Amino acid sequence: MSEQTLQNEDKTDQSKSKQEPIVKYEDVHKSFGDVQVLKGINLDIMPGEKVAVIGPSGSGKTTIIRMLMTLEQPTSGHIIVDGQYLWHMEQDGKLVPANEKHLREVRGDIGMVFQHFNLFPHMTILENCMTAPIHVQKEDKESAKKRSIEMLEKVGLGDKLDNYPSQLSGGQKQRVAMARALVMRPKVMLFDEVTSALDPELVGEVLEVIRDIAKEGEMAMVLVTHEMEFAIDIADRVLFLDEGVIAEEGPPSQVIENPTNERLQTFLHRFRS
Amino acid sequence: MTPRVRLPHPGGLTLFLMLDQSFYKGVIIIFSTIGEVFPVLLKGIEITIVVLVLSAIFGYLFAFIAGLCRLSNNLILRKFTGFYVEVFRGTSLIVQLFWLYYAIPMLFGFDLGSNLLAGVLAIALNYGAYMSEIVRGSILSVAKGQTEAATALNMSRFQRMRFVIFPQAVRMMLPEFGNYLIQMLKATSLVSLIGMTDILYHGNILRSSDLSAAPTVYFLVLVFYFIIALPLIFLTRKMEDISKKGVAS
Repeated sequence: MSEQTLQNEDKTDQSKSKQEPIVKYEDVHKSFGDVQVLKGINLDIMPGEKVAVIGPSGSGKTTIIRMLMTLEQPTSGHIIVDGQYLWHMEQDGKLVPANEKHLREVRGDIGMVFQHFNLFPHMTILENCMTAPIHVQKEDKESAKKRSIEMLEKVGLGDKLDNYPSQLSGGQKQRVAMARALVMRPKVMLFDEVTSALDPELVGEVLEVIRDIAKEGEMAMVLVTHEMEFAIDIADRVLFLDEGVIAEEGPPSQVIENPTNERLQTFLHRFRS
Repeated sequence: MTPRVRLPHPGGLTLFLMLDQSFYKGVIIIFSTIGEVFPVLLKGIEITIVVLVLSAIFGYLFAFIAGLCRLSNNLILRKFTGFYVEVFRGTSLIVQLFWLYYAIPMLFGFDLGSNLLAGVLAIALNYGAYMSEIVRGSILSVAKGQTEAATALNMSRFQRMRFVIFPQAVRMMLPEFGNYLIQMLKATSLVSLIGMTDILYHGNILRSSDLSAAPTVYFLVLVFYFIIALPLIFLTRKMEDISKKGVAS
């Protein structure tokens, strides 16, 4: 499969035809010291697909997407993004570990929103959004600014452009973080428990924005989440991660509403009660 | 009728008068010659400020270079800078000054050419070593999430440093930089020992020609340094305010 993917010259056409996965995990393992967190992940994510990842804490949910964002290096296995190896590159017909330049080339398709927002505190909301398009994507300043303002208006923060992150509520910060990632036009967006650090009354506004983004459809999304109702609502597919493997996967109607896996039943029961 | 005068308690009065006498005597000694001492010390103020400004510029420069080198991926660079920092932190500034000015030219035939250069270099290297630890510590203490967010926006290592880490780290450095600036001002007085005609140098000359002038001279020297330090103290406060605004998250 992977060889075929790599041989495809015309990548953009392939990703639009929805035949080839935009992201592919091949037997990915990850250990932290002696602790094996992921024990062989195989996963295809199609362009535009919305995937929710659920599972008990410590099951490796976050690690899966952090490896895709190049924040964590897999111990073994391959991750392929849009037909290109992420953590490896080909040199004289052999696969060697990727260097910084290669990582930058490939991870441009990926965007991420973090649990703790990680906004840049020394920049205004607008600067948070427009710095990367200007300096990373070399977009000209005016158009980057225009797009950033549009995006901030879309997440309902058009009136806060010149505010600093410290002046915003948690929900507003998280919406800025989403705008910041979206301005980069990623093909895959990763959401790492984006509502876990929020006060309960602020969760709604953030989920609302994610729902809007999801409706637009073109971008693939991977959501690590504890919001089961939300996962049912927007996900095409749900993965239940348990003890380092994907223990069950399928459409939400099957995985969340009619689980067969015993540990999944116990896990879900804790949320229902 | 004799007018009634109320006298304080006799014992207390004596004590009060004694203190009073010696205190006024001191004040009189200091202020009687102030008119002669002041213009002499004033001649040294230019040198003091020149040495301070140059030491500060080079001190901060060395601090940034050494601080960044200590965070480099290059092991040799890291070890070498570590050695520099420990040597200059672990020995006294005055000895370093004498090395640069007296010993090194004799040993290596390598003359720095002027006592200004030797003085500035000694102070800058010494304080640069201390401040490099501030640079290093501040950069390391920027939250890890910031690097991750910058990586997620596909910034290069250099861009992460330039746009995200460094601006926040500098805000953390500012208050400490201000403190060290005040310390550097005080350290400039050491250049009088290698023949630079700064405030203290002129004071010492005056005292050696008239020993009784010592109290006035050293009182005024203190006043001079304090007056130069005042704007630096306010600057440091200002920097603390800036620092508080920048990195709250």
